[in-house]
Amino acid sequence: MSSELWQGYQRADGRKGIRNIVLVIYTVECAKHVAHSIAAEETNAHVIGFPGCYDNAYAVRLLLALAQHPNVGAVLAVGLGCEYTKPASIAEVVAHSHRPSDWFYIQEHGGTRTSIAHGKALLTSLRQRMEAEAERVPMGWSDLVIGAECGGSDGTSGLAGNPVVGRFFDGLVDSGGTAIFEEIVEMIGLREVLLARAATQLVERELGRTYDKAEAYCKSVQQYSISPGNFAGGLTTIEEKSMGAVAKSGNRPIQGVIRVSERPSRAGLWLLDSVPDGHFMEFGYTNPNDTEGIMDLISVGAQIVLFVTGRGSVIGSPIAPLIKVTGNERTFAAMREDMDFDASAVLRGTRTLDESAAELEQLIARVAAGEPSKPEELGHREYFIMYKHQNTPSLAQGCRA
Amino acid sequence: MRAFQINSADTVATMLTDVAAGEVQIFGACLVMQAAEAIALGHKIAITSMQVGDPVIKYGVAIGIATQRIEAGCWVHLHNCRSQLDERSNTFDLHTGQSNDIVYE
Repeated sequence: MSSELWQGYQRADGRKGIRNIVLVIYTVECAKHVAHSIAAEETNAHVIGFPGCYDNAYAVRLLLALAQHPNVGAVLAVGLGCEYTKPASIAEVVAHSHRPSDWFYIQEHGGTRTSIAHGKALLTSLRQRMEAEAERVPMGWSDLVIGAECGGSDGTSGLAGNPVVGRFFDGLVDSGGTAIFEEIVEMIGLREVLLARAATQLVERELGRTYDKAEAYCKSVQQYSISPGNFAGGLTTIEEKSMGAVAKSGNRPIQGVIRVSERPSRAGLWLLDSVPDGHFMEFGYTNPNDTEGIMDLISVGAQIVLFVTGRGSVIGSPIAPLIKVTGNERTFAAMREDMDFDASAVLRGTRTLDESAAELEQLIARVAAGEPSKPEELGHREYFIMYKHQNTPSLAQGCRA
Repeated sequence: MRAFQINSADTVATMLTDVAAGEVQIFGACLVMQAAEAIALGHKIAITSMQVGDPVIKYGVAIGIATQRIEAGCWVHLHNCRSQLDERSNTFDLHTGQSNDIVYE
C-alpha cells in the first residue's frame, strides 16, 4: 500500500482521529428530541443516545466507548432527570480522557425550548474549547482501525464487493493497520473455515467458543442472519450468505475475538463478537439491523467503516464516516448518490481484485484526509443502541459495569 | 449471458447478468451451457445435475442440500435447495423471499 500520510487529531490515549466532532449523547428516549434539536444546524455535532430508562451495563459501556472514540473531540450529555443512566458520570469519564465535556438534566432547566437554548450554549462553548485544544498530527495506515460490515447482500456481494474489501484489508494489515470484521452470525455453517484462520491455537479455541455461541443463539431464537432481500438477490441459504460475508475479512490470520466496546490490543485482523451472552434477561437479537452492527464496529475504535451492500442502502453513521461499496452495477447506477464505490468491474472482467482494492484504498485515504463520504455529505447519522448483555470486562473508568 | 463458477468443485455458478432460457457462458469453468429457464443476476444456475439429498456446492463448500432432483441448467433456489441449519426459509416466497408465516390481521 502507498505510504499515505494525512493530518489527524491526537488523543490523550494515543489514538488518532480523522474527524473532530462534538458528540451529543442523550441518556433516555425522553431526552431525544431536545438532544437532536441542540445538534440541529450545528457544524460538526453528531447525536447518539440510549432509549432505555433502566440500567444496562452493555449500553453504558457502549455509550462510554463511543464518547471516547478517536473522532470525538468533546461531549455534551443530556438527560431528562428520572432515568438510571447518568449523564454526569458520562461527562466525568469523558473529562478524564482529556476532552471538554458537559451535561445537564432537562428537568432542571425548564421545558423544551429553554433546554435546547441551554444545550446550544453549552455546545458552542464545548466546540470552541475543542477547536482551540485540537492537536493536529500526521497519521497513516498504521494509525487506522477500519471496520467492515455487509448489509443487503446479494449474489454479487460474495463475488465482488466483499472480496475487494477483503483484499484491501490484507493490504491494511500488511501496512500495520487494524481491520475488524463483524457478524459472526454470518459465519454460520463455516466453523472449520473460520478456525483455520486463527493466528494461534489459543485464538482457535476462542473462535470455536464464539462460533458455537453464535450457532446456538441462532438455533434458539430460530432466526438466522438472512432477510427477504437476500433471498430475492439470489442467496438461498445462510451457509451461502456466510461464505460471501466472510470474504470481506480477507486472508490474513485472525488475532483474536473482541466484544462490543472492547479495543483490540494490537494491530492486525480481529473478529468482533456482538452476540449476547447467556443471561437471565435474554434480550435482543444479536444483530437487529445494519446500523447496530456499524455502531458496534465504531465502539471498538473504527475511524472508518466499510459497508458492503449488493442490494443498496441509504444509511450512514455518526462519529465515523461510512463508505458504501457495492459489487452490483445496477445498484450503483440506481443509487449513485448514496454509493461511494462500485466494485462491479471485477465481475465484468475489466478490473482485477487488486486493481479494484487499490482504487478503494485511494478513496479511503481521501476520506481519512477529510473528504466527506457520500452518507456524510447527505447528512446520514443513523445510530442504534439497545438493551443487550455481554460478559465484557468493565472499562477501567466509568459508570457501573 | 454470463455466469461465474467460484471453485472448481462447485455444482452451481452465479449469474453475472439476467438470463432468459438460453445460452450461458460459465466463466471459471470455461464452459457454455443452456439455461433451462429465466435466472436473474446474482442467482444460481446448476452446472451439474443433482439428486435429492446431494450437497449444493458453492465456494467449494456445501451451501445447502438439494430437496428435489435438479437438472443442469436449472435455477437453484428455495424451491429445490434447503439450508442445513435454517429450517424456516424454505417456506418463504420463491421470488420475493418474504415470509408468510406471520399473519397481518
